Amino acid sequence: MFESKSGVLLIAGLFFFGLAFVSNVVVPVIMYRDLPEKTALEVVNGNLRYQFEDLARRYPEEFKKAFGEPPASETEQQKWWNEKCAEALLAGRKIYVGEGCWHCHSQFVRPVSNEDKRWGPVSESKEYQNELQRPVMFGTRRVGPDLSREGGRRSNDWHAVHFFEPKRLSDKSPMPGYPWLFDGSPDKPNRRGLVLIAYVQWLGSWLESYPYFEQYEQSPLKDIPLAETKPDDAAAK
Amino acid sequence: MNTESASTPLPRHDDLVDERLVSLYFVTALAYLFISMLGGFLMALQLVHMNPLRGIELMSPGRWRMIHTNAIAYGWLANAFLGALHWAVPRLTLRPVFHKGLSYLIYGAWQLVVLSTAVGILLGEAQGLEWGETPVWIDPVAQLGLLLVAINFMAPIVKMKGPMYVTLWYFMAAFIWTFLTYAMGNFIPQYFLCGSSAGAVGGLFIHDLVGLFVTPLGWGLMYYFVPILLKKPMWSHGLSLVGFWGLAFFYPLQGIHHFLYTPIPMFLQHGAIVSTIAVEMVVMTVVINFFVTLRGTGRAFYDNMPLRWFYTGMVFYFLTCLQCAFQTTLPFQALIHFSDWVVGHAHMVMFGVFSMWLQGIMIYLFPRLFKTEWYSKTLCEYHYWLSAVGLFVMAADLILLGVFQGFWWASLEMWEVSVDGSQPFWILRLVAGLSMVGGFLAFVVNIYQTWLKSKSVKTTSAA
Repeated sequence: MFESKSGVLLIAGLFFFGLAFVSNVVVPVIMYRDLPEKTALEVVNGNLRYQFEDLARRYPEEFKKAFGEPPASETEQQKWWNEKCAEALLAGRKIYVGEGCWHCHSQFVRPVSNEDKRWGPVSESKEYQNELQRPVMFGTRRVGPDLSREGGRRSNDWHAVHFFEPKRLSDKSPMPGYPWLFDGSPDKPNRRGLVLIAYVQWLGSWLESYPYFEQYEQSPLKDIPLAETKPDDAAAK
Repeated sequence: MNTESASTPLPRHDDLVDERLVSLYFVTALAYLFISMLGGFLMALQLVHMNPLRGIELMSPGRWRMIHTNAIAYGWLANAFLGALHWAVPRLTLRPVFHKGLSYLIYGAWQLVVLSTAVGILLGEAQGLEWGETPVWIDPVAQLGLLLVAINFMAPIVKMKGPMYVTLWYFMAAFIWTFLTYAMGNFIPQYFLCGSSAGAVGGLFIHDLVGLFVTPLGWGLMYYFVPILLKKPMWSHGLSLVGFWGLAFFYPLQGIHHFLYTPIPMFLQHGAIVSTIAVEMVVMTVVINFFVTLRGTGRAFYDNMPLRWFYTGMVFYFLTCLQCAFQTTLPFQALIHFSDWVVGHAHMVMFGVFSMWLQGIMIYLFPRLFKTEWYSKTLCEYHYWLSAVGLFVMAADLILLGVFQGFWWASLEMWEVSVDGSQPFWILRLVAGLSMVGGFLAFVVNIYQTWLKSKSVKTTSAA
């Protein structure tokens, strides 16, 4: 059996592979069957909308070129913004993958090594049950910091300058610049630049502690439902 | 196999092995190795702030990092393995592969897959799956290619009667595993799953790609070439059984150890850790078997160039696997995960072990393919020492750096401290990488000169 063709093919080749597949893949799938996968539209939230509309105000011409203009009626406008947000998230994720961002930045906070003190709450499975984590962007290497709680920490124009040339903001950063996400200067992000900024601003925007991730317990936004409230209102209180 | 060869005359080597195809695979593989080295070089320059190609979209280090890994896995390793398989499988089974035309079709199709992967990645079309960045529209073609490879090589194996030699167990299993692994890793997390369970599949894919595609082909070739070079059988048949079945059982169970401390359920993480430590025991049996086989003929390590590459690779194999058993434990993980330790480990496996073995095989086969001795023994020595020392320095440097980085991060220093502190290590890594490139260039020059020599030998003998 151990030296026969059928033994090698069936037991080693198929059965052991299948056994590993069941234990490594089927078991977690069964465990997470109660966490349905959300679409990009379903993960759009007030925090992201705030940043996205800020992009539209900050870079009006570029934004118009990339996404067009919102419709006139108030109700249709809401729908339009949400749809454009979802569209930007999917496109932004594609840039994030295509540029290899995920090879130098992880997207999960571990419960060890003081990571929750540096970045915020430890990652949970439910955070990853959505279309934008297909395939999941956990990452395996951190040359730069984890990004899963990056949203809202820095402003859109900070990100624009940083993507254009990281050394302008952090002179020892080994991160490469991405001038092709812009039309010549950091104040003119093109569609690719805008969607990538939106994607990065989304990371962690679903958490109660947003954007004060490290001061998790004392977050002033703790009791406010995310979808209806813009963070600037909350900050004003 | 033995009973057959006793009664009937052995088939001629020329009827079994298509030497032109073997050479073609090897030369193509070396071209991809060079491309991969360029990608690594570019990334290394970027890290030490010396990238001369800043701001050029198609030369972005992030994209070239993916070229670096994919060119190694699918350009260099896969092509070099296919070349070596076209030599070893027909000679072991005493039967040619399924179809000569199919062999060339596979060669062409596979280059198409690798080149379009490279183009896709450079254009920003990568798939978000480590080691599987091949754009999604190429995946079905690659899958079909793997099926054809399996058919082409399984045909002679299936026709054999009686018990098979160790090498063929590994090869048979590898054909099945590679096909299944590629399908699992490239399609399931893309189309069927998301989140943590997709992470589990991703971990299993990274892991199986090394363990179920590269490792069995590599060990199969070692079991084939080492006894031939030493002119004696393996020390223990029993231990090779333990090695094969231990690998087959324990190796695929460990995928999740690439994502420890993620939201993947903790009991699954513990299972992956235990089986990782178990496979280290299995690795010991295999390494012991090979080193005891060497006993009494240890001189060959110095005199016999291919054997030196093989056994150096085995030393690195032992070191990486030992390292694995430690780094997979949770206290180690807490410190070294995400750091350059992992990068050092990956280089030790991919270059220190499997690239060493494949280059050793090439050093053994090129003179046979060209029908002449190596042009220069000195260049052979340069190739070996520059590669081996370069790799050792790079791995040691990065592994040590990983420990520093882990402590900087855990101590909540500013992030910049970890990046600044890495600079001296990254510069040394650049130098070590250049040494490996130097070794590679010595090899290429030597191959070219040997080829020229073989041409002139042919013309003089014809005249």
